[in-house]
Amino acid sequence: MTETEAFEHPFAKYLRAAMMPHIWCSGCGNGIILNAFVHALDEMQMDLNKLVVVSGIGCIGRAAGYTNVDSFHTTHGRPIAFATGVKLAKPELEVVVISGDGDLFAIGGNHFIHAARRNIGIKVICANNFNYGMTGGQVGPTTPLEALTTTTPYGNIEHPFNLVHLAAASGATYVARWTTLHVRMLAISIKKLLQREGFSFIEVVSPCPEIFGRRNKMRTGLEMMEWFRKASVIENFSDPAKAEITPERIVVGEFVDVEKPTYEKLLHDKMAQILKESED
Amino acid sequence: MAKEKTVLTGVHFMSGDIACAEGAIAAGCRFFAGYPITPATEIAEHIAARMPKIGGVYVQMEDEIASIAAVIGASYAGLKAMTATSGPGFSLMQENIGLAAMTEAPCVIVDVMRGGPSTGQPTLPGQQDVMQAKWGSHGDYEIIALAPSSVQEMFDLTIEAFNLAETYRVPTMVMADEVVAHMWEKLVIPPAEEIKIVNRKRPNTPPEQYLPFMPEDDLVPPMACFGEGYRFHATGLTHDEHGYPQTQSSEAQTKLVQRLCDKIRKNADKIVRFEETMVEDAEILVVAYGIVARAALSAVRKARENGIKAGLLRLVTLWPFPEKHIAKAAEGAKAIIVPEMNCGQMVREVERTAKETSVFHLSKLGEEPPTPMEIFEALRRHSK
Repeated sequence: MTETEAFEHPFAKYLRAAMMPHIWCSGCGNGIILNAFVHALDEMQMDLNKLVVVSGIGCIGRAAGYTNVDSFHTTHGRPIAFATGVKLAKPELEVVVISGDGDLFAIGGNHFIHAARRNIGIKVICANNFNYGMTGGQVGPTTPLEALTTTTPYGNIEHPFNLVHLAAASGATYVARWTTLHVRMLAISIKKLLQREGFSFIEVVSPCPEIFGRRNKMRTGLEMMEWFRKASVIENFSDPAKAEITPERIVVGEFVDVEKPTYEKLLHDKMAQILKESED
Repeated sequence: MAKEKTVLTGVHFMSGDIACAEGAIAAGCRFFAGYPITPATEIAEHIAARMPKIGGVYVQMEDEIASIAAVIGASYAGLKAMTATSGPGFSLMQENIGLAAMTEAPCVIVDVMRGGPSTGQPTLPGQQDVMQAKWGSHGDYEIIALAPSSVQEMFDLTIEAFNLAETYRVPTMVMADEVVAHMWEKLVIPPAEEIKIVNRKRPNTPPEQYLPFMPEDDLVPPMACFGEGYRFHATGLTHDEHGYPQTQSSEAQTKLVQRLCDKIRKNADKIVRFEETMVEDAEILVVAYGIVARAALSAVRKARENGIKAGLLRLVTLWPFPEKHIAKAAEGAKAIIVPEMNCGQMVREVERTAKETSVFHLSKLGEEPPTPMEIFEALRRHSK
């Protein structure tokens, strides 16, 4: 009789088995993003007791619950504001926000630009799937011009955000964009994101064939990935202002990697200075 | 080393807003997130000056939505946290007050009420948000709300608000008004060791056995905080004892939402606070709160001097509403007068609980609270 030995998946410890199966559609890129994230955690041997994952509302918003660390699933648009409270209360924690384009840049856009401006040391990973997937595919802040969604049935007339440009202009100290096709680069980039001190941001262009793709001539995950393969060009440290996503061109790579004192550090230094002055 | 005091024991002449800030610090608050708004700004200004000296955090957020979200985050990270605002900001906070109720995040929200609706009269007093405090966020939940009527109570009740928030893991509101917040009065701050401080219940189970939303007999779950190795999940979705989403189960919805209501309702006798003056033999009662209760006290005294058997029941907790006590006090009274700086809000609760007794509302909007003479006139009119 042959015995089958059951091996635990090497990443099992990073995920909450009780929360499986996940809610994501076939062909969705969110699993790839979560995979790249735990890959980075594993390579870094991250202390999971010191990591907090926060997300907002949307398909990728479930990622916080799937990650086996302290995690919080906030209201729509508010993960960065919540994460700001966590980070300032306990600066020694690594605080990561994983959320979607609608959550972070439409309803939560104000929180994003201000957290970046303050340079709070939280790390933001945005799954950009070009639409509101969870509510059935409405137009969002990154929907390409002319794209069909359930609320742009005649084609989108809103200009989309260029997220890497927005992040860079708002003061983020690390800014990168990858697609879910660039799995290795994404994992390496997430590692860097976690190693940086300041407000750091990665946009992950992610396929949504079931909701977005099927209305836009990309019915399968493979077809969406094929678009990413054809259109993406790696141009590290190119001008983020010129990195708008178009059907023909998706510029990926790192755009910003600079050092700037974080809010937490300035707060800490200020407190030390005040204390010293009161002694003198 | 000159160590900054956290409790400023002594006799002070102070404004209500500053007393509120000092009350928060004395209660152990070490995180404040806010956004400037009249007439609550002085709370933020005072906290901004004090926090860095005592190792606490003041952060000015981009709006009130962010402020309350950051407060919930800081609370989950283990700090006692507060925000302070007024009507428009209070409205913006409502969705996340629901999140705090749902995820049982202890936190304190100060609403210094001004004239509404909308931008209204920013520098004038109001009591127009008292129903919003109870019902402002969507869904069913319970909160606790206290109404200070003096500078001393701005200090005392802010401490009490933190104690209640920590005891019941519930957002607790200090419903002040512009007069109480801006007036200057004597404030006595007792020695630190005489101030009762309550801290949240902590889990006594190891992390692998910890169920973050499993209540104890008092219906309140012990609370672990981020970074302590418990590695738990919390969500605004309906959840089970593990904190895992249960979006399709009626049983989970009933169990959770009913408990969120019951943990306040069933503990109401322990939470409710009110103050009675000459109620025992009163034939006509005034039910009032906040600054209006001060005018009502003068009016009741004047009524007694004029042979009218008047009494005052001052609400200290607005929510939970002291139903039993109002019902009991109403039994012997022919009429109840409820003066308020709104078009009739808490009066509805009085009507609901007083049942047989005639209830009259005395509404005053704008520049000043009802005067003692106005309330006295109402007492005289309705005692006949």
